[in-house]
Amino acid sequence: MKPIFTITEGMLPVSTSYCPGCTHGISHRIVMECLDEAGKLGEAIGVAPIGCSVVSHQFMNVDMLESAHGRAPAVATGIRRVHPDKVIFTYQGDGDLASIGMSEIIHAANRGETFTTFFINNAIYGMTGGQMAPTTLVGQKSTTSPDGRDPGAVGMPMRMSELIASLDGAVYVERVALDTPAHVRQAKKAVAAALEIQEKRLGFTFVEFLSTCPTNWGLTPANALKFVEEKLIPYYPLGVFKTPERKEEAV
Amino acid sequence: MTDKVLMKGNEAFAETAIRAGCGYYFGYPITPQSEIPEYMARELDRRGGAFLQAESELGAVNMAYGAGAAGGSVFISSSSPGIALMQEGLSFLCCAGVPATVLNVSRCGPGIGGIQPGQADYFQATRGGGNGDYHVFVFAPDRLQEAVDLIYEAPLIADRYRNPVMILADGMLGQMMEPIVLPEQRPLIKPADIPAYKPWTVTGKADRGGKRNVVQSLYMQPEDLSRHVEEMYANYTRAEKELARYEADGLEGAEIVFVAFGTTARLCRETIELLGDRGVKAGLIRPVSLWPFPYRAFDEVGPDTKAVVSVELSMGQMMEDVKIGVNGRKPVRLIHRVGGLVPTSVEVMDEAIAILEGI
Repeated sequence: MKPIFTITEGMLPVSTSYCPGCTHGISHRIVMECLDEAGKLGEAIGVAPIGCSVVSHQFMNVDMLESAHGRAPAVATGIRRVHPDKVIFTYQGDGDLASIGMSEIIHAANRGETFTTFFINNAIYGMTGGQMAPTTLVGQKSTTSPDGRDPGAVGMPMRMSELIASLDGAVYVERVALDTPAHVRQAKKAVAAALEIQEKRLGFTFVEFLSTCPTNWGLTPANALKFVEEKLIPYYPLGVFKTPERKEEAV
Repeated sequence: MTDKVLMKGNEAFAETAIRAGCGYYFGYPITPQSEIPEYMARELDRRGGAFLQAESELGAVNMAYGAGAAGGSVFISSSSPGIALMQEGLSFLCCAGVPATVLNVSRCGPGIGGIQPGQADYFQATRGGGNGDYHVFVFAPDRLQEAVDLIYEAPLIADRYRNPVMILADGMLGQMMEPIVLPEQRPLIKPADIPAYKPWTVTGKADRGGKRNVVQSLYMQPEDLSRHVEEMYANYTRAEKELARYEADGLEGAEIVFVAFGTTARLCRETIELLGDRGVKAGLIRPVSLWPFPYRAFDEVGPDTKAVVSVELSMGQMMEDVKIGVNGRKPVRLIHRVGGLVPTSVEVMDEAIAILEGI
């Protein structure tokens, strides 16, 4: 009898260390399923960031290395020079990518580096305990914006997909969300598309996941999903910002 | 094939790195070493390697980390403030066990400092400028031929110990011209050969029949990190025995012994001749390796020696190691210049005579 569901070989058979209601488990699994379905688990090299997912190599069943805060795109750039034929990805959170690693991500995208970046945007620093991120929403409370983010003092939340899409080196940019089954299915399509375009070495590919952080948001897992729908998605619109076929439509 | 050529220091360093098999170079412009990324931009890709101008020295050292962890033989270069930016990466490379060859064509500091030669990166190089317990291996040539030989050897040492090797060459060496013999071209490693040569690297697990490799420097369990750091230091203890190098000249019967590396060692040789003309016998200890420091060299200092003098283009950073080496057996003094000034051999002679008269 043919099984109707099997766990991807891309995920190691261990429990993750992420908090209840955190969507890292979903985004990890989507990325690994797509690599598995493309038959690329053996060819893949992943770069983990600093943040909660620094330990992603304990769960993702591919060759991986840890990078310093924000430097993953530079690390992946170095790997690509040595291995023109492998599948290379970085997996980075919002503090890592949009704050301390802004220089590395922008320049890697602008050079059209042929790896894929999976960007986990939950609008807060997770591992360090809930500080304000570049993506924290206006009015959103964090341990370093206790009265809520004040755009007059610290600027508006940064929309990274739109910023990346404005660079000629980026060929595929999509923002997805992990709050509903329909959105998760779309997220998987985005990952598959990005990896397929990486195979063609056309340029930089980027998928942003609107994700949760119930612990640092101070919400239940169910309410955290609602926060994604009601607060994050209105400010961070979902959709494809760039594809190789529709380069001119970049935001 | 060996070629004897007259070359500028920085270009000789770059050419040697290519011949040493360093196929991957990530650079960023900074005086006085910008000729190196320029040379690599012209040469490296057409000779089968890859050059990339990084967005910053932070970018460069992390590209080197990625390329090195993926099995490439990497070379990076910068000058003092740029090397300061690379310290984060060097700590990671050491902890993760990723080899690399690093060149510092040093200038004077602190801060932006100046673009003239300096040796005040001694602490940064030998004490570990980044966080945590680690060392990079540091070699300090005093002439271009020695720099060429050391850069050629560096990737072998880096691979053997799985640790970065730094060549500390001051701006004087980078900008001067001297005749040198270039070594033969070592083959650049091909991606397909990496898993056999460096089985610990991340190349995709299919290369190992599905066995996964992880290159890491995070150890959340104190026992695990403790074990890892102790293992790193077992490696460093081996390096202390195997890599400490120095030259000693004229120590027997010397009234005064100079200790100097790089440019100031050249200067001291002239001073020793001048002192000899005046009937003062002087000797020289020239550390070639700065880490590990060749402390045992000071066991050769004899009973006639009245003072051991560290001659430096810094406020006396190496002098701390000289004092450890001398271990209280002789007075230790300093002759120094900073700010990009370099003393003449006559000035060093005058100060040496004053030191002897004051003891």
